[in-house]
Amino acid sequence: MTDTKKQEQGPADGADEREVLLKVEGLVKHFPIKKGILQRQVGAVKAVDGIDFEVRRGETLGVVGESGCGKSTMGRVVTRLQDPTGGSIHFDGQDITRLNAAGMRPLRRDIQMIFQDPYGSLNPRHTIGSIVSAPFRLQGVEPEGGVKKEVQRLLELVGLSPEHFNRYPHEFSGGQRQRIGIARALALKPKLVVADEPVSALDVSIQAQVVNLMDDLQQELGLTYVIIAHDLSVVRHVSDRIAVMYLGKIVELADKTSLYESPMHPYTKALMSAVPVPDPKRRGAKSDRILLKGDVPSPISPPSGCRFHTRCWKATEICKTTEPLLLELRPGQQVACHHPESAEDQAPQDTVLLSAAKEAAAGARGTARPATTDPQPKDDQEAPTDK
Amino acid sequence: MTELSKTGAAVGEPSPSDAPSAFLEVRDLKVHFPTDDGLVKSVDGLSFQLEKGKTLSIVGESGSGKSVTSLAIMGLHRLGARGKNVQMSGEIWLDGKELVGADPDEVRKLRGREMAMIFQDPLSAMHPYYRIGNQIVEAYRVHHDVSKKVARTRAIEMLDRVGIPEPGKRVDSYPHEFSGGMRQRAMIAMALVNNPELLIADEPTTALDVTVQAQILDLIRDLQKEFGSAVVLITHDLGVVAEIADDVLVMYGGRCVERGPVDEIFEQPQHPYTWGLLGSMPRIDRETSDRLIPVKGQPPSLINVPSGCAFHPRCPYADIPKGDVTRTVRPELQQVDGGHFSACHLSQEDRTRIWTEEIAPKL
Amino acid sequence: MISYILRRTFAAVILLLVVTAVTFAIFFLLPRLAGQTADQLAQQYIGKSPSAADIAAVKSNLGLDDPLYLQYWHFIKGIVSGATYDLGPTTTQCNAPCFGYSFKTHVEVWPQLTSRLPVTISLAAGAAVMWLVSGVAIGVISALKPGSFFDRSFMGVALAGVSLPMFFTGNLALLLFTYQWPIFGRTYVPFTENPAQWANTLFPAWCSLALLYSAIYARLTRSGMLETMNEDFIRTARAKGLRERKVVVRHGLRAALTPIITVFGMDLGLLLGGALITETVFSLHGVGEYAVQGIKDNDLPPILGVTLLAALFVVVANLLVDLLYAAADPRVRLS
Repeated sequence: MTDTKKQEQGPADGADEREVLLKVEGLVKHFPIKKGILQRQVGAVKAVDGIDFEVRRGETLGVVGESGCGKSTMGRVVTRLQDPTGGSIHFDGQDITRLNAAGMRPLRRDIQMIFQDPYGSLNPRHTIGSIVSAPFRLQGVEPEGGVKKEVQRLLELVGLSPEHFNRYPHEFSGGQRQRIGIARALALKPKLVVADEPVSALDVSIQAQVVNLMDDLQQELGLTYVIIAHDLSVVRHVSDRIAVMYLGKIVELADKTSLYESPMHPYTKALMSAVPVPDPKRRGAKSDRILLKGDVPSPISPPSGCRFHTRCWKATEICKTTEPLLLELRPGQQVACHHPESAEDQAPQDTVLLSAAKEAAAGARGTARPATTDPQPKDDQEAPTDK
Repeated sequence: MTELSKTGAAVGEPSPSDAPSAFLEVRDLKVHFPTDDGLVKSVDGLSFQLEKGKTLSIVGESGSGKSVTSLAIMGLHRLGARGKNVQMSGEIWLDGKELVGADPDEVRKLRGREMAMIFQDPLSAMHPYYRIGNQIVEAYRVHHDVSKKVARTRAIEMLDRVGIPEPGKRVDSYPHEFSGGMRQRAMIAMALVNNPELLIADEPTTALDVTVQAQILDLIRDLQKEFGSAVVLITHDLGVVAEIADDVLVMYGGRCVERGPVDEIFEQPQHPYTWGLLGSMPRIDRETSDRLIPVKGQPPSLINVPSGCAFHPRCPYADIPKGDVTRTVRPELQQVDGGHFSACHLSQEDRTRIWTEEIAPKL
Repeated sequence: MISYILRRTFAAVILLLVVTAVTFAIFFLLPRLAGQTADQLAQQYIGKSPSAADIAAVKSNLGLDDPLYLQYWHFIKGIVSGATYDLGPTTTQCNAPCFGYSFKTHVEVWPQLTSRLPVTISLAAGAAVMWLVSGVAIGVISALKPGSFFDRSFMGVALAGVSLPMFFTGNLALLLFTYQWPIFGRTYVPFTENPAQWANTLFPAWCSLALLYSAIYARLTRSGMLETMNEDFIRTARAKGLRERKVVVRHGLRAALTPIITVFGMDLGLLLGGALITETVFSLHGVGEYAVQGIKDNDLPPILGVTLLAALFVVVANLLVDLLYAAADPRVRLS
């Protein structure tokens, strides 16, 4: 979203110089499963299972993954709407991992969330004015020129008419409601906005309006975004850096150009190849499509080692036994894989494919070319791979 | 009916009672729902044809009338609580049979056998209390006088065909025991159990993850090749359209604004709304450093559809045609070339110029 | 499925224990908390104007001077294994399950209950069949044509049915069909003796009771059906080419009825514990009438017995409903 900046500085190093606003280390969120009359805990949904990342001031971090990968839970935990099970969250230098509701209250000004459902997240009995001014009331802030004037300014900012002040949510369309949600989130000039699927409930033409709006607001107000979405095209458009999640883990974290041009994790590659491209000419050349077999395993008992090994066409014994660490294999591109694409193999001695991998490769071959034989541009190999 | 007379095949104005040569032909279909607030014109004069073995994608945003069209073809509007109120006119010809005026029981016999449908959300579209197998068996036995055992064998065969592992075991599962992708596969098995010649898929992959979507689109494509059926695929996702469609029909405010072969729709779109859809869409296949080009404003009300061209309040080019023709005259579909039609007051030169000079470079 | 049954059954047993504790609390603990002495409480268990000796006997028999936990223990023990009461000259054995002993009439409660139960069951079962059939049928027809003349008139009647009290409709039915035009019999005849006569006598009571309940069930069914018929799976069923009747019954009603099972089970359970007003109005010597008798005579043990029995029926009905629900809705078995 900060394209102008990036064009000047280049994607990777420009971002590095910026100050870290949000730092997440080893974040874990488990939801206990209780059973029986005594409600003993018999297991846990490992929604988020140890993730690390940083968000720098002024940038947009996109988080993608399929349903059940834990991306929404991650969003609710870093904004402290839910308590983490483990790990730490630092916001603006302050440890907010264990802050209670009272401790979080002053920080609520700085951290805001935008939700997916513009219908469910606005109270139908309150006017737009009272919804957007709620943050002022809750925080006891008196903006310059009064609350009403400020709210009307905010409504204008998000492209609504100030006269909408006394209307009710049901009088608005989905796109307009999402604008109201954004106005509310921006009321207190937050430093960080976490948006969970902000446009996925909207029609295509409206979706573009909201994406552009968020873009403009970031430029204007210097906002930092964490945008969680399942739509890889939207994420590519809005993000500076992108984290790909699979079963509660970040499998790849990179700036958007590296990620989309040369993904290193097989899952990222498969995920991106699955997105239908709005170009009918590409249909004949769908050779690079990788068709993953089956479904995402249950987050209650995720596979051992690398969680993707059950569906990966490159998986070997080590993938089953050892969990790969998220390592920076190329500047600005971290990946958790023993056998990454277009980079030096992390476990070259381990060459025997698992039977599941053979099957997956064969399945991919049935409809498309297997990715294992996909030749990568040579210049990718030149990138330094030492950590 | 102007657009029909322009098709290469039909010369002259066909009289309404003419049985068409196309496998599926919809002529001037109107579906209106009277409500307390006024008459909702969900579909207001829609015509298209579809041949066997071909896929037509109907594209549009919510409220454009695409789902209403599909239910109208299936004859599902007559039924149900509000069924009495629906006002339907026009013609729907399926394999030489006219469906709009037909005896409801005759249409019922065609449903599931000659035309079948799959829906957006397979979890709510399947009965939660019945086993998957039994639901497929039921679909088969409505149209085939066979024993339950024979039908069950057929159900297992179909589950196997759509790629459900261990079909002999999974046939006895309940819908909630399946994953989203599996359920949609089962739904497809149920729809195809009677080898229908027309398959209508209403947003079949919208509720699914992208990797599963790829599996399902692949499956639909393979099955179509195998059975040679005609497919109507309703979607809002132009990526899916590019992936699977032969022809595209773009709907706006209950009417077709553009229709044509998929390549032409993507390469030489002739309607400002189609441009808007293409411009609104972030692309995964290339870096779009620039902003998206959204369509301004809100979708139209179907009760008070804007006069003239329904798109004119949102159209950046509405002032180019002389006078207030865009506000007063409803544009009819005009042939661009071959099977490509567009309903727009802009001259073809203007459209070509705007597309090649203003829109295409920004995409 | 088996583990589900076991879990539910276990929960039902726990619930029964809780119910006995609550009953005990109401009949023995609350009066004491309200300031009654053991003597005063004992007096309530023997009725009007007893002698001092009678009171003392009751007090010692019920152990009202014992600590609370002992009293509760005796209460439970009585239910499970019976109790022996020392009545001065003689002792009386109250056999298990001892639901109490009326010191006033010198009658065990349990045999009274069992002898009256067939009447109550006859009343409840007959009425239940009537209201379930008519209520569901009316509800379905109304839901299929909402806003139609049929729908509006029946929902109007249903409203009247809910609003009219039992003692009004009951007495009216009695007056019209048993006394004015004596179509129906006046005295209860057991089913085993003469089924025709049995039904003949009970018919007005069934109708009065069913009028009340079928009105509720018609409304429940109507709203359930309206909701279900808008579900996606109904559209799927139609898209298969099923006949509309099959769509309504096999797909719509099947789903809409499941919540009604729950309500039905509870209603039936409650009714088996005695339809106090109905039985009184129609002079049926059922369980409810026994309780009313106890109230009139200021005799607590019958009331306690009927309360326990009603609680037992509700718990059992609750269990059956849970199991039925699991059989009807496969999703329930999971959790």
